[in-house]
Amino acid sequence: MALLDIQGVTRRFGDFTAVDNVSLAVEAGEFFTLLGPSGCGKTTLLRMIAGFDLPDAGRILLNGEDLADSPPELRPVRTVFQSYALFPHMSVEGNVAFPLQMARVPSGERKARIEAALEDVRLQGFNRRYPHELSGGQKQRVAIARALVTHPTMLLLDEPLAALDAKLREDLSIELINLQKEVGIAFVYVTHDQTEALALSHRIAVMNRGRIEQLDEPSKIYGFPRTRFVADFIGHCNLFSGPIREANGSLALVDVDGLGPVRVATATSAAGGARGTIALRPEKIRIAAEAPSGTPDNHFHGAVRDLLYMGDVTVYRVAIEGGTIVEALLANSQSGRAKFFEVGDAVDVSWPVGAGHFIVE
Amino acid sequence: MGSSAPHPEPLAARGEREPSTREAGEGRRKPRASLGKWLVGAPPLLYLLVFFAAPTLIMVLASFRSPGEFGGLAPIVDETGKLDLNVDSYVRFVTEPVFARVFVKSAWYATLTTLFCLLLAYPLATLIAKSSRKYRDLLLLLVILPFWSNFLIRIYAWMIILGPNAALAKLVNGTLALFGAAPVPLLFSGFAVLVCLVYVSLPFMVLPLYANLEKHDQALLDAAQDLGANAWQRFWRVTFPLSLPGVYAGAALVFIPALGIFAIPDILGGPEDTLIGNLIKQQFLETRDWPFGSVLSIVLTVAALMLAGIAAWVGRRGAGRRA
Repeated sequence: MALLDIQGVTRRFGDFTAVDNVSLAVEAGEFFTLLGPSGCGKTTLLRMIAGFDLPDAGRILLNGEDLADSPPELRPVRTVFQSYALFPHMSVEGNVAFPLQMARVPSGERKARIEAALEDVRLQGFNRRYPHELSGGQKQRVAIARALVTHPTMLLLDEPLAALDAKLREDLSIELINLQKEVGIAFVYVTHDQTEALALSHRIAVMNRGRIEQLDEPSKIYGFPRTRFVADFIGHCNLFSGPIREANGSLALVDVDGLGPVRVATATSAAGGARGTIALRPEKIRIAAEAPSGTPDNHFHGAVRDLLYMGDVTVYRVAIEGGTIVEALLANSQSGRAKFFEVGDAVDVSWPVGAGHFIVE
Repeated sequence: MGSSAPHPEPLAARGEREPSTREAGEGRRKPRASLGKWLVGAPPLLYLLVFFAAPTLIMVLASFRSPGEFGGLAPIVDETGKLDLNVDSYVRFVTEPVFARVFVKSAWYATLTTLFCLLLAYPLATLIAKSSRKYRDLLLLLVILPFWSNFLIRIYAWMIILGPNAALAKLVNGTLALFGAAPVPLLFSGFAVLVCLVYVSLPFMVLPLYANLEKHDQALLDAAQDLGANAWQRFWRVTFPLSLPGVYAGAALVFIPALGIFAIPDILGGPEDTLIGNLIKQQFLETRDWPFGSVLSIVLTVAALMLAGIAAWVGRRGAGRRA
């Protein structure tokens, strides 16, 4: 039995369907992420798990028990809010003690529990500080300690790193992974940041317009997006669409609009005439001054239109003769030079048939 | 902590450097800027000096002088050419317990007024703060609407409401008669004074409370609920402590004027309901003992200042923690 079982949950606000018939299951000890753009319903779903909102249809089961009649204060789940929501009139210790007092944990036992929770988030010695005396990262740690101190069944995190700067976000991400392993509590993590989702999660549910587009492990989500939306939302991706000219077993030939015929490996048996999309990651595309000789690869001629030097890599946007823009990414460390090409250089863009991922629409 | 611990330090260091460079830049403009400040600040300062500080000093001086034969003040230099300054009026205030009793009574009425105002204003301010933007301004307007009619007229209105022939008195005394109790007069009583004090003071409690409650972050209440607090606990552990600055401000705005009020007990009170404000008025207008009236005024001012000081200190102590 799954720890959390969401069955056909729907939530409407007037004409707008925020969550549309979503079903998913979270296992004990899992780091599960709801990923999607703002307005995709991920936060609404999280609020329904916490009990701040109720589904219009469907059920939410925790340990096999329907949560419909439990108000938030009686659910064994805790939320870490994006704004931290620390009580400004209480010290760090007061904040962490709060859920223990609500749960009527005897005061003799409290002290040790508070110390253990603060140790979990590496904030020992901060007991007497007040929230306004803490940095953003420290506030987030207090919020996590406060949520974990009563050993909940599940921790819900609503964009907990969104308000922090990039460097701190990376540090805290690593700590979150370790913390989750240490405490062994299931995390349900909501974010719009695909990097965070890929780095942290055991499994990701990519949401769009209230529905789950794909629910998979991070590497599958990135490598084998099931829909055009997932391919586009997760990382950078060239998306080439067009009618399928012919398909024989593991290979398909697609007449890409504005580009021409492209060969792509396919796992699904696509029928000729249907439309399909080839999702091609920029890092899988080779660009060179001259065409490689005697390969069955797809290759096209074009000219460098823009380039973005990012330090470790350079992103080239190449305008193909047909008008399509192809994005390619080159690691700078390969060259020994800072840049390969300049804007306006004529280049040959190529990729093997196995590089693209084929999505039948 | 990892590498995040040192993060706030560069920020703080930068924060400290910036003002110093700004000050250096302002240094050149300083004379002109301060001249402007003086030009803007001087008229109100002068106004306060002439019409507040000077009269207060005159009153302090008057409290040490002797009362005149036919009221007012005796000449400051008597027939023998001696300076006539004494503490007789202060001695009288300390030695005759009736005055201290009036003070205690005034403080008691003001305390009750503050408490009832708080009890009535808290739910009302909460309601306004939680209502939608559309109705909020309307509700606030309704709170301050009574100010549009004259203060005395509103007090006289209570004479009619509480009068012996009004529906309220008939209802109360009719009910009392059912139980065989003697009728009670509603008007010219401590009850009437208190009801009217609460009525005129209520907006002064509602407005600061509303201003505070309106800023409360719903996320804090969500967090408290998420952490296991029921509605009662959410109020007493989160909402109320965070509203204390508003409570202190409202209490000061209600208590201090209520302490010195004289019009309401004059019009609605009975002979027993003489408060410190009435006493002061009597000394100046009826008994015409100006030195003693000055003493009473000074004691009232000092008491009010001490209370305001305590309120500010308590408020600041609370605010320091939630800056």
